[in-house]
Amino acid sequence: MNYNWNWGIFFDLSPEGTGTYADMLLSGLMWTIVTALCAWVIAFAIGSVVGVLRTLPSRAAQAVGNAYVELFRNVPLLVQMFLWFFVLPEVLPESWGTWLKQLPNAPFYTAVVCLGFFTASRVAEQVRAGIQALPRGQRMAGTALGLTTAQTYRYVLLPNAYRIILPPMTSEFLNNLKNTSVALTIGLLELTARARSMQEFSFQVFEAFTAATILYILINLVVVTVSGMLERRFAVPGR
Amino acid sequence: MTSSAMPPAAPAPNPASSLEVPPTGPVTAPLATPAATQAAPGTPMIAIDNVSKWYGDFQVLTNCTTATRKGEVVVVCGPSGSGKSTLIKCVNALEPFQKGQITVDGTQVANRKTNLPKLRSRVGMVFQHFELFPHLTITDNLSLAQRKVLGRGKDEAVAKGLALLERVGLKAHAHKFPGQLSGGQQQRVAIARALAMNPIVMLFDEPTSALDPEMVGEVLDVMVELAREGMTMMVVTHEMGFARKVANRVIFMDKGEIVEDAHKEDFFGSPRSERAQQFLSRILSH
Repeated sequence: MNYNWNWGIFFDLSPEGTGTYADMLLSGLMWTIVTALCAWVIAFAIGSVVGVLRTLPSRAAQAVGNAYVELFRNVPLLVQMFLWFFVLPEVLPESWGTWLKQLPNAPFYTAVVCLGFFTASRVAEQVRAGIQALPRGQRMAGTALGLTTAQTYRYVLLPNAYRIILPPMTSEFLNNLKNTSVALTIGLLELTARARSMQEFSFQVFEAFTAATILYILINLVVVTVSGMLERRFAVPGR
Repeated sequence: MTSSAMPPAAPAPNPASSLEVPPTGPVTAPLATPAATQAAPGTPMIAIDNVSKWYGDFQVLTNCTTATRKGEVVVVCGPSGSGKSTLIKCVNALEPFQKGQITVDGTQVANRKTNLPKLRSRVGMVFQHFELFPHLTITDNLSLAQRKVLGRGKDEAVAKGLALLERVGLKAHAHKFPGQLSGGQQQRVAIARALAMNPIVMLFDEPTSALDPEMVGEVLDVMVELAREGMTMMVVTHEMGFARKVANRVIFMDKGEIVEDAHKEDFFGSPRSERAQQFLSRILSH
């Protein structure tokens, strides 16, 4: 193989004129993290609500929850990105569509919303599993004391369910973080996109993607560490 | 077992007295301070009238009728699957029923207009598996519903909880979590948690069935004390010793029906039904 290794490439100025290639990659990393965090806020909020809906006695609530989960987890993420970014502005009333298309940072907002809604379906399944893993008597005990359904969820079921699902939720968060790379297809300049442009400008494909790989692994190790701290912080004594 | 009726024995301590209120400790406030009720003594506190319940096509309760008067202790027994747990869960509407009527202190349980959380807050319930909230300390377990349902302030709720905890002999464990207590201790906390709401009646759903044998006594002690203070109680249990000691009536259920509903003396003396006789001979033969 005829390849010119050049590990010094990161300190060369990129042709974009905004700094070195290293700066470019770090800016990509920043967008990856910001996108992942914003999407997670949406995913956690919607996922918790939908997960709870699926465990309520009301058939109607269950149906709404089921519909959400099946819709958002059965369509590939890439297709969902395209639907939000290319299709949605066309099917909306014209003025809204135009507003969407002219939105500054449209790829970022689209990626956050799309990834948030997609991940929410997976979070919802975790939340439902966590609630259903609790002994049936816990709900009864809350109810028998006179707590309303909402209070029983707030003070009894959810605090225990979240503790149970913390390990799989860590996996979901990591997936969410890695899935931000799909947003390069709608023009979000996140880490993978930046590694690709570095490759195209400099032809140093191995260096570019080695750096991206290491950055992904490092950031995910941070997540795993934080999750371990949370698990210890919220561990219930005597269990 | 009816030690109070016996002539005073030798100066040696009466072994039966160990089951009663410990002589040491402060001369105490009662365990239970029920909220005001509409019912006068002797009137039905819980009236179960012709109740039937189905799970799909399967009938779990068939025309059950009985009443528990104020201050009365009723023990419900019967083979497993006879519907006894289901019946007492109907009393505070943890289980819905399709036919008949249940009235608790004048309030119809199955009436759509009934404020169920309010009704339930006045009906204490103790479960087979304790069902303490594992993520909360004992103190928080005792005060949560007082604060969120009854609207008591934090200090008042904690003080009330600690007072009850002392009465069940567990004050030293207030800061612990349920998982750090033994089964018997957890069940005593669960009884204290129910009492903290000032219930007008207490329901017990096999409160000692999940306990190691050596812990059954400590839980029954608390229940005996409660019964002697005049709490209205419906108790699903196989502890016939407890029934002999404090029950006023014994209900025997089989296959979803109330087969026998008799005074304790009549029930243990000569159960009228063959099924009750068989049941008693089976559980008392060991």
